[in-house]
Amino acid sequence: MRRLALLSAVLAFPAMADPTPADVQGIMQRDFHPRGQATMDRVVQDGLQRVCTETRDRPPADVAKALEADQLKTIVYPEGSLMGDWKRGEAIAQSGRGLTWNDKPGDPAGGSCYNCHELSPKELSHGTIGPSLRGFGKTRGTGPEVQRYVYGKIYNAKAYNACSQMPRLGASGTLTAAQIKDLVALLLDPASPVNE
Amino acid sequence: MKALAFGAALALSCAAYGQDVAKEIQRYRQMVAEGSPAELFELEGEELWKKPQGPKNVSLQRCDLGEGPGVLKAAYAHLPRYFKDADRVMDLESRLLHCMSTLQGRSREEATARVFGSADRPSEFELLSIYIAGQSRGVKIEPGLSQPKEKASYELGRALYFHRVGAWDFSCASCHGDEGKRIRMQELPVLYKPEAARPVIATWPAYRVSTSQLVTLQWRMNDCYRQMRTGPGNKR
Ligand code: HEC
Ligand code: HEC
Repeated sequence: MRRLALLSAVLAFPAMADPTPADVQGIMQRDFHPRGQATMDRVVQDGLQRVCTETRDRPPADVAKALEADQLKTIVYPEGSLMGDWKRGEAIAQSGRGLTWNDKPGDPAGGSCYNCHELSPKELSHGTIGPSLRGFGKTRGTGPEVQRYVYGKIYNAKAYNACSQMPRLGASGTLTAAQIKDLVALLLDPASPVNE
Repeated sequence: MKALAFGAALALSCAAYGQDVAKEIQRYRQMVAEGSPAELFELEGEELWKKPQGPKNVSLQRCDLGEGPGVLKAAYAHLPRYFKDADRVMDLESRLLHCMSTLQGRSREEATARVFGSADRPSEFELLSIYIAGQSRGVKIEPGLSQPKEKASYELGRALYFHRVGAWDFSCASCHGDEGKRIRMQELPVLYKPEAARPVIATWPAYRVSTSQLVTLQWRMNDCYRQMRTGPGNKR
């Protein structure tokens, strides 16, 4: 009995050497500290983050589907038109502020869109983590279906791609409904430089 | 080198930033002509290393960074590593803190009151880091990987790299996961493959022309965690 227990402890060693997401979380809770609005709950994973970590961002198809269905339920669509003002949308797309420990809570946040995407051809300083969105409305259309998709994608990118590297900008409380509408206009309005 | 690469990245963002770039390049040329401030910081770091401090009023010169007490040559290139006296894996900063406490008798609170400095006044850790890293020039980066706690530490580092967390769901791999990606014009190196990471890590600590600031790897990763919307990872 004793021998068996010892043996299994030895066999369990390689598994112990591989830290689980729960182990990592425990270490972050021990070593990280809160600053400003970045409180300790920020290092606690939600279910989606946990599954994406466990599967290295490649969950099995059925799991991905279930996660996406769950995330879709978080999206709150406002009444009326989903198209705001593309000029305000451009400023929101430029700004990378919001939710960091040195942002003041309550100050307007941005979407960091240019950090990851090409949008207006006038802005040459754009990132490449996400696909180019240049000409988005021109190629994808501007009807109610597309508006709903773009609004939803910005509100919760994970509703359409479970382990997307794009943040959930509405669901995380970063952007307001009015700001997301302005971004929908930036992508879809024929007068927006994105559709030049 | 680092400064040059940064200048080139800036130059690409042309139009709107044209003037800033011209100024940056001018400042960079001037800096090279006058001798890099990095060298001045190394000298300041050396002074700090030799300066008696703390309740015991002794210097750090007997500090063992892994190559033996007071041996600085190649020490930085072989960190982090396991230290028997502390029974844990330490990187340069945590080892320096250990020596400040054991040799100089300083408290953790006092020694870490100012971990990151500013452009006009780098912190003690930043100055010591650049001096000590300078004694590893040309030495291959080979952190400890043979002792069980070193292996466990490495595995934990890898798990942290792919751990999705924070208000924006990022892991390090969200930004440093694929070759050739950028945030705005800043190129994002892939860091989870040792061959790719080594030449990048070898340029740290770095003097940033853009902010005239001396920055350590600890500072860099802390700022990445800021962008990940968690709190800071360096508990004091
Ligand atoms: C940290 C990176 C990142 C940020 C910030 C980001 N995105 Fe994305 N985005 C991505 C990635 C990666 C994809 C592709 C994978 C996917 O669809 O989830 C994407 C996909 C999209 C798509 C879907 C494209 C398609 O062809 O259907 C839209 C629309 C979009 N982003 C808009 C935005 C807007 C608007 C913002 C700012 C409010 C933004 N993104 C911010 C990374 C980002
Ligand atoms: C939201 C995007 C983002 C995330 C997530 C991120 N980083 Fe970074 N990282 C950056 C940017 C931007 C730079 C600056 C690149 C430059 O200066 O050219 C950078 C630079 C670095 C560098 C210096 C690279 C060099 O060229 O010298 C290191 C090391 C680094 N990050 C490590 C990490 C680690 C470790 C994590 C996770 C804990 C992480 N990063 C997460 C955006 C990010």
